[in-house]
Amino acid sequence: MNAKFWRLLALFLPLAIAGCGDSPWNNPYSAADSGKNILYSSFSERPKHLDPVQSYSTNESTFTAQIYEAPLQYHYLKRPYTLIPCVAEEIPKPRFLDAGGRELPAGAAIKDIASTVYEIKIKRGIRYQPHPAFAKNAAGALIYQNLGVADLADKNVLADFTELGTRELNARDFEYQIKRLAHPRLHSPILGLMEDYIVGLKDYAKKMKEVNVALAKSGKADAWIDLTQYPLAGVEVIDDYTYRIHLKGQYSQFLYWLAMPFFAPVPLEADRFFGQPGMVKKNLTLDWYPIGTGPYMLTENNPNRAMVLVRNPNFRGETYPSEGEPADVANGLLADAGKPLPFIDKLVFSLEKEGIPRWNKFLQGYYDSSGIASDTFDQAVRFSSGGEAAVSDSMRAQGIKLSTSVAVSTYYMGFNMLDAVVGGGTDEKSRARARKLRQAISVAIDYEEYISIFQNGRGIPAQGPLPPGIFGMLDGKAGINPLVYTWDGAAKRKPIEAAKTLLAEAGYANGLDAKTGAPLVLYFDVTAKGAEAKSTLDWYKAQFARLNIQLEVRPTDYNRFQDKIRKGNAQIYEWGWHADYPDPENFMFLLLGAQSKVKNQGENASNYVNPEFDRLYEEMKNMPNSAERQQRIDRMLNVLREDAPWLWGFHPKDYALYHAWYGNVKPNKIAYNTIKYQRLDPQLREQKRREWNQPLWWPFVAGLLVLIALMLPAIAMWRRRERGTAHA
Amino acid sequence: MSAYILRRLLLAIPILIGVNVITFALFFLVNTPDDMARMQLGAKRVTPEAIANWKNERGYDKPLLYNATAPGIEKLTDTIFYEKSLRMFVFDFGRADDGRDIAREIRLRMGPSLAVALPVFLVGLLFYVTFALGVAFFRATYVDFWGVVICVVAMSISSMFYIIGGQFLIGKLWHLVPISGFAGGPDALRFLVLPIVVSVVAGLGASVRLYRTFFLEEISRDYVRTARAKGLSEITVLFRHVLKNAMIPILTGVVVAIPLLFIGGLITESFFGIPGLGSYTIDAIGSQDFAVVRSMVFIGSLLYIIGLLMTDISYTLVDPRVRLS
Repeated sequence: MNAKFWRLLALFLPLAIAGCGDSPWNNPYSAADSGKNILYSSFSERPKHLDPVQSYSTNESTFTAQIYEAPLQYHYLKRPYTLIPCVAEEIPKPRFLDAGGRELPAGAAIKDIASTVYEIKIKRGIRYQPHPAFAKNAAGALIYQNLGVADLADKNVLADFTELGTRELNARDFEYQIKRLAHPRLHSPILGLMEDYIVGLKDYAKKMKEVNVALAKSGKADAWIDLTQYPLAGVEVIDDYTYRIHLKGQYSQFLYWLAMPFFAPVPLEADRFFGQPGMVKKNLTLDWYPIGTGPYMLTENNPNRAMVLVRNPNFRGETYPSEGEPADVANGLLADAGKPLPFIDKLVFSLEKEGIPRWNKFLQGYYDSSGIASDTFDQAVRFSSGGEAAVSDSMRAQGIKLSTSVAVSTYYMGFNMLDAVVGGGTDEKSRARARKLRQAISVAIDYEEYISIFQNGRGIPAQGPLPPGIFGMLDGKAGINPLVYTWDGAAKRKPIEAAKTLLAEAGYANGLDAKTGAPLVLYFDVTAKGAEAKSTLDWYKAQFARLNIQLEVRPTDYNRFQDKIRKGNAQIYEWGWHADYPDPENFMFLLLGAQSKVKNQGENASNYVNPEFDRLYEEMKNMPNSAERQQRIDRMLNVLREDAPWLWGFHPKDYALYHAWYGNVKPNKIAYNTIKYQRLDPQLREQKRREWNQPLWWPFVAGLLVLIALMLPAIAMWRRRERGTAHA
Repeated sequence: MSAYILRRLLLAIPILIGVNVITFALFFLVNTPDDMARMQLGAKRVTPEAIANWKNERGYDKPLLYNATAPGIEKLTDTIFYEKSLRMFVFDFGRADDGRDIAREIRLRMGPSLAVALPVFLVGLLFYVTFALGVAFFRATYVDFWGVVICVVAMSISSMFYIIGGQFLIGKLWHLVPISGFAGGPDALRFLVLPIVVSVVAGLGASVRLYRTFFLEEISRDYVRTARAKGLSEITVLFRHVLKNAMIPILTGVVVAIPLLFIGGLITESFFGIPGLGSYTIDAIGSQDFAVVRSMVFIGSLLYIIGLLMTDISYTLVDPRVRLS
């Protein structure tokens, strides 16, 4: 048996060692890739969509933003966030037209503007990534454009199409993509919004729906729809490098949408290629194999394991920015100014569903960066006596760097204004009473404590809906919510007595209804469950109890929660919003009357309506950032703070860790196409990985020896028994 | 026996229909087609029209079980249940909500699931029988006592602890294998060692205790006493007589699990990043993808039925006294 064991061991060990090569044994990547200029990151949830008309989630943007290029993008270093051209030659300037089609001067009154025209000129010489959809034969005909099901017999992944080609980007690709927003089978999440703005898009969507139904009735439900056969009035191609978008009225925020993949070009050839019979059955779709002009192209799409992007050989030659904020020079962020992008050759995103293995692999050097979960926060971060966050000693010893930034997000507690108790019903007296109640709760709920306990200090208490970095949010005394805070060199929450006074004015002195004497009971609808959520919910109950208000928590699953919100059956709820673009309009619209969730299925979950706020919103919406706009925003904030439809909650702070070999990192909470600016030192990474991951065998040997030592007496006992005399 | 097998296979049809009905009812008690549409379309700016279009395109705008407005037999056939669930009986699983072909996905993921589950099954069986035999061999000694204590303790610990502990010790502290991940071909070996070791160790307590009981029961039989009286050594008695007879309940117990190896382990695959069918199922539940959930439940039920049938057949093979009729 011994001989057999050693033979087996001799077989197994070389196998294991051969698998590892000369790299650390616990290296999860191929040994052949050691020392290469590859970024290693992870993702926890498989992306649902990679088609630019459908993709809207942050986790999808991690991939799509590296592949697609929209007309505009955000400057990597400048703050506040600044739009700059991407594939467009310049930021398009709006031309305003009246109802008769006559051009209006800049600054024309909104009521006079019937439509707006954006003329977008694109850069010349931009070429798509190599792709089979462009492959041509010697005669110049596309090779893979008339395939039948039989031709796909041996094609299972895109790489099975061996011939590749490319072509120059042109304006028709942008027109085609805008038409795709209305494609009846693609369900673009922004179609509803864009139908309100892009001239003719609503009719176009209706027409395409009819075409789709007709195809289905004729038994061709999966047949490709050639969108080029149907003109769209709102998009006009002037020449190969120029196109125009016609909008109804004025919509200044449209420029921000031009920085999103929704408006990135899609070539007709690719759509037709993937629309061929049998492609969907083989999972060969544009949604799975994106095609773009960006710095990277997706070469392996296996969301069950890894997503791999490599440098696009046809990338247009963009260079690293040469200007930024003053601190960027000191931080070395301008050292690469003018150098061609991207710096990294390959991006490997591995599926990592659980936080513990992800964290441990980061510490071993197998991921180049990491977020910080609450259970590892104390291990990673310590605060100085001045309250400054820094990496812990163990992290510093590994050369790990900490980066902090405030997200352009807000987490709030909302009141349903349709509820009789917290909303106030129809008469002014009840509404005033409910307003006082909401104000009292606003003062009482101590979000500073919440952030300290449940967020590890990662957040700042909100003074209104606008997070830092968004125009209109003021720092210092001018920016505080005077209903809740006083200014004493810093914002200081008012004492609980102030809340109790407001509560008494609301008719609930000491938490009792002045009319009936009944205790005030409020209902909090949440999706949070489990032990971890319990402590948060207990904290909320304790905060309400400071006013002698009983808070009943109504936990439910997310589906039912959404249903309650849609039907207006919730009383108090918790929710959040992450900015689509860095403009105050993108937060203020969450409280716009026309966006009421119950009435219009919009995004105003509190169903808050205030005509004064709505009027100011319409004025502010299309203004350029200016003192005049700030004035409108201040007035809007005053209205909101007085009405208190939300407890303004907090704006989360993102903490991220980076290894010493990861450079040019500046957090950007709006743009996702930032990997092209970042760089690595693969040699340093390889050296550290080897240093940190030396295999340890002795625990096994020690364990084996202990086991043998424990068994020896038993074996001796058995031998004695075997040799002993049998007893009756 | 052929008649018996045929009868059991025919009986499987109503069982599978029942499982389908229950899965369908449970799923749609918790999720409505509107919820499914919202999950796919995202949380932001979703219009009622977009939801209606999504449901219409995928056939989720029909009644669940009974279409009162349809004529004749279409009252039953023009429903979500008929169109989504009954097609599976011809192994037409359709597409997942993200548009991917489910059958193809299952074929792709079966390999990684088997790559973990099969070695765990075989190595586990070998280890458990060996340890149980060892404990039985040293019965009534401190080895037996402490063996049982360790087994009870091991049974009482959550499988999550074994996973996290295994990753911490073997992957993080000792740096012997990757903490998680997967690769194709021979390179997969490095990634499989840890989940296999952890899964085998996690099952050790319960299995060793059970098998020890089987062995002790056999050891107390008359034929064993006779063998000893003939002068056979204890090792010969154990390996030649006890092991052979105790393997009957062990084998019939494990045969039922063989078909289920294909569907993998839910938690293990998730923690170790194994792209198998277990993690596919977990993802589908999380994303409310009814098409995948029903397919996986259907396959799981079918494999379980096959496992039970194999168990019955295995009885006849290991015990000649058993006849299937």
